[in-house]
Amino acid sequence: MIEDTFVKEILEPRRSESVEELSSEIELSRRTFVQMLGTGLLITVTQGVSLGQRRSGGGRSITVAARVHLNRDGTITVMTGKVEEGQGSRAQLTQAAAEELRVAVDQIRLVMSDTALVPDDGRTAGSRTTPSTVPAVRRGAATARELLTRLAAKQWKLDTNALNVRNGTITNRKTRQTLTYADLAKTKEIDEAFKQRIPSDITLTPVNQWQALGTSVPRPNSRDIVTGAHLYPSDIVRPNMLYGKILRPPSYGATLESIDLSEARAMKDVFVVRDGQFVGCAAPSTVRAAQALKAIAKTASWKTVPHPSSKEIFSYLKKHARTGGRSRPRTRGSIEKGLADASKVLSETYEVAYIQHTPMEPRAAAAEWKDSKLTVWSGVDGPQAVQGDLARTFGIPTERVRVIVPDMGGGFGGKHTGEAAEEAARLAKAFHRPVAVHWTRAEEFTWAYFRPAAVIECKGGLDANGSLIAWDFTNINAGGAAIDTPYNIANTKILSASSDSPLRQGAYRCLAATANNFARESFMDELAAAAGADPLAFRLAHLENPRIRNVLETVARHFNWPERRKKVTPELGVGLACGTEKNSVVAACVEVGIDRKRGEIKVHQVCEAFECGPIQNPANLLSQVQGCIIMGLGGALREEMQFENGKILNASFARYLVPRFKDVPKIDVHLINKTDIPSAGGGETPIIAIAPAIANAVFAATGIRIRSMPMRSALLKQL
Amino acid sequence: MDVTITLTINGKERTVVTDPERSLLDVLREVLHLTGAKYGCGEGRCGACTVLMDGRRTLSCVTPVAKADKKKVTTIEGLADGDSLHPVQQAFLDEGAIQCGYCTPGMILSTVALLKNSPQPTDEQIAEWMNGNICRCNGYTKILKAVRRAAAQIAEVKIQ
Repeated sequence: MIEDTFVKEILEPRRSESVEELSSEIELSRRTFVQMLGTGLLITVTQGVSLGQRRSGGGRSITVAARVHLNRDGTITVMTGKVEEGQGSRAQLTQAAAEELRVAVDQIRLVMSDTALVPDDGRTAGSRTTPSTVPAVRRGAATARELLTRLAAKQWKLDTNALNVRNGTITNRKTRQTLTYADLAKTKEIDEAFKQRIPSDITLTPVNQWQALGTSVPRPNSRDIVTGAHLYPSDIVRPNMLYGKILRPPSYGATLESIDLSEARAMKDVFVVRDGQFVGCAAPSTVRAAQALKAIAKTASWKTVPHPSSKEIFSYLKKHARTGGRSRPRTRGSIEKGLADASKVLSETYEVAYIQHTPMEPRAAAAEWKDSKLTVWSGVDGPQAVQGDLARTFGIPTERVRVIVPDMGGGFGGKHTGEAAEEAARLAKAFHRPVAVHWTRAEEFTWAYFRPAAVIECKGGLDANGSLIAWDFTNINAGGAAIDTPYNIANTKILSASSDSPLRQGAYRCLAATANNFARESFMDELAAAAGADPLAFRLAHLENPRIRNVLETVARHFNWPERRKKVTPELGVGLACGTEKNSVVAACVEVGIDRKRGEIKVHQVCEAFECGPIQNPANLLSQVQGCIIMGLGGALREEMQFENGKILNASFARYLVPRFKDVPKIDVHLINKTDIPSAGGGETPIIAIAPAIANAVFAATGIRIRSMPMRSALLKQL
Repeated sequence: MDVTITLTINGKERTVVTDPERSLLDVLREVLHLTGAKYGCGEGRCGACTVLMDGRRTLSCVTPVAKADKKKVTTIEGLADGDSLHPVQQAFLDEGAIQCGYCTPGMILSTVALLKNSPQPTDEQIAEWMNGNICRCNGYTKILKAVRRAAAQIAEVKIQ
């Protein structure tokens, strides 16, 4: 458990705005611990309640107290295991709680991603916050409201039907008597009432009555962002803390054979540890630690192993593809018959390079051991998952590990793993001092994981009328997200085959859906051309899904597709693409210009329509869609990991080119608010239409069909 | 060999004894505990470490601290006037031009330097100037709007 001493230490204000809150709320006698997060937020939580419920995530029932806590000043603390990494979960989950509690959003204090305080809501990944955690928070808040209403009814000896609940105040409709949540928080019954489990079937506020949800609530701690007050994981400083560095192998798979630590050990203020292959050092400053690491590294002798290069990656993945055995294709009709009956068969292969997330904040952690208990502040997507990993690594119960994730500097699926957390904890344990480990950009580029490369083989058959009757689609290595075709085709065979990835690979914004949609939507254009059909008409002729049809028709209308498609301008082209993933739908039209001399593809305009059910925060959704569009330009045009002999060759922003201001096209976003279905997440799917729409526009402009991502290097080869 | 460096940070004179080759960013973050300037790349390619030195945009991760001797340095922590935000900070808030926010201090200080030199920039000038600041959430569209809004607001204040 967290002791008072800990409380006092962490409350040492590094920023003045925290102090006032402390004095007004601290209540160490009864509520037994107080915790201040990097946001300057101070909360009180009943000891034991949330800890006891901590493991009950993943859809299992938790108590109301594990989710909602009433503060005596009338504010309400709501707890969630979700992480804020720029996607807007802090605002959205605050809105979710405010909605069901019938209070203003500024009455909610949201405590996120601290394993000592919050329930396990699963990893922040897969666009699950909107469809899973928002409902979970709403159920907790609605239950709390109902319990509070019942307590008021009991006091007045009335039925709950005789009461109104508004702005955190319960009113007796007849007598106009009122009780606030703060009044009820002081009663003895509240603790007992909040021990109840949150029922899964509690009624939630219908979309047409939303007050807090559906509005553009800004990020609650955005003022701290613009003033620099917010402490990111890499900003956390503990008393007496050292800065650590880890010895990295010179290439993938290299093993340490010998090393001489004596020079570094003799350096003033420097600590050094070796444990098998793990060698690390720490010092009171980063620069000193880096000097020590240099002294260590020059004495290391390594055994290296062969490693394939990015030049041969696609043939390598194909050669090592596991298409048999457990990788079974999904089929419909008979692909053999479909291809045999076709009057025209096309067969093409698409390739997608490895890319990296490159969040602005590289991996970072600060770790501290006290009384055999470990506390780690780190930028990770799954605090509870990393807590479990750390407990296993150090052979201690999970209760002795606390992971805190301050709102962090980006993730995009790239921070599922807690490497820096573990490294900092190992060094802190060895040196008996708190240690921070901040990865450099080159470390992040080399030792974090990558979005998988892909080889995608497509075969399509058209009948005499130009209808698509056969579809054979195999993705090697990237995965099965959005691999199924939304088009109505009688005979299909669809396979996701694994391979031996030479690079460590993992999640990424929409993961394989980008690769699969790039191949599918490019190939649909090729088939449309073979059928002599307009790309929009060809798609609509094969598309039943009303939601995809809607976004496709919407975007085509706004972009003025029919007119612009017909217009012929040298080196200028338009293209479109659509798709669906994670229960949301997207379509995009783009215009590109080609500079043949420089081999440049300049994207002039992106017009995108997106629909993910009822919109919970329009301004945030717009940010997510704009962000996906521009991030999508990076992977489409220029981003690719280059590697050789186990080394990344472009591990810097100078050589790995992410989108910058000058790359931003004119962007028109059309958000469709569909209120008769549940809300889906919106931070990923908008990315999947960008690359194929660009490839299709490049074809329209040049007649050159580019079948690989990124496209710029591929275009240069063909010009 | 360590040297003594005296600089004015956010209006206060500070003295630091350190390796003159150490980056200004490291000194700000680790010695002066001003963590608003961020590490993003360590080679001046992303703008997350942007500060103002004598009013000029400076990439603190590639600036040896010795170069800041006798200079006035403004970090994001020193931009607001007490509780009242600088118009550029306010514009970023008003436009919601924040996602993860890690690039935001650098974006804001770059904007302050831009508007000092060209108070009414065109969109092309904004893109050209801000091209050194990377936002990986790719919030460029709203950041552009925030820069425009700040320019408009500063112009309005000046006319009064």
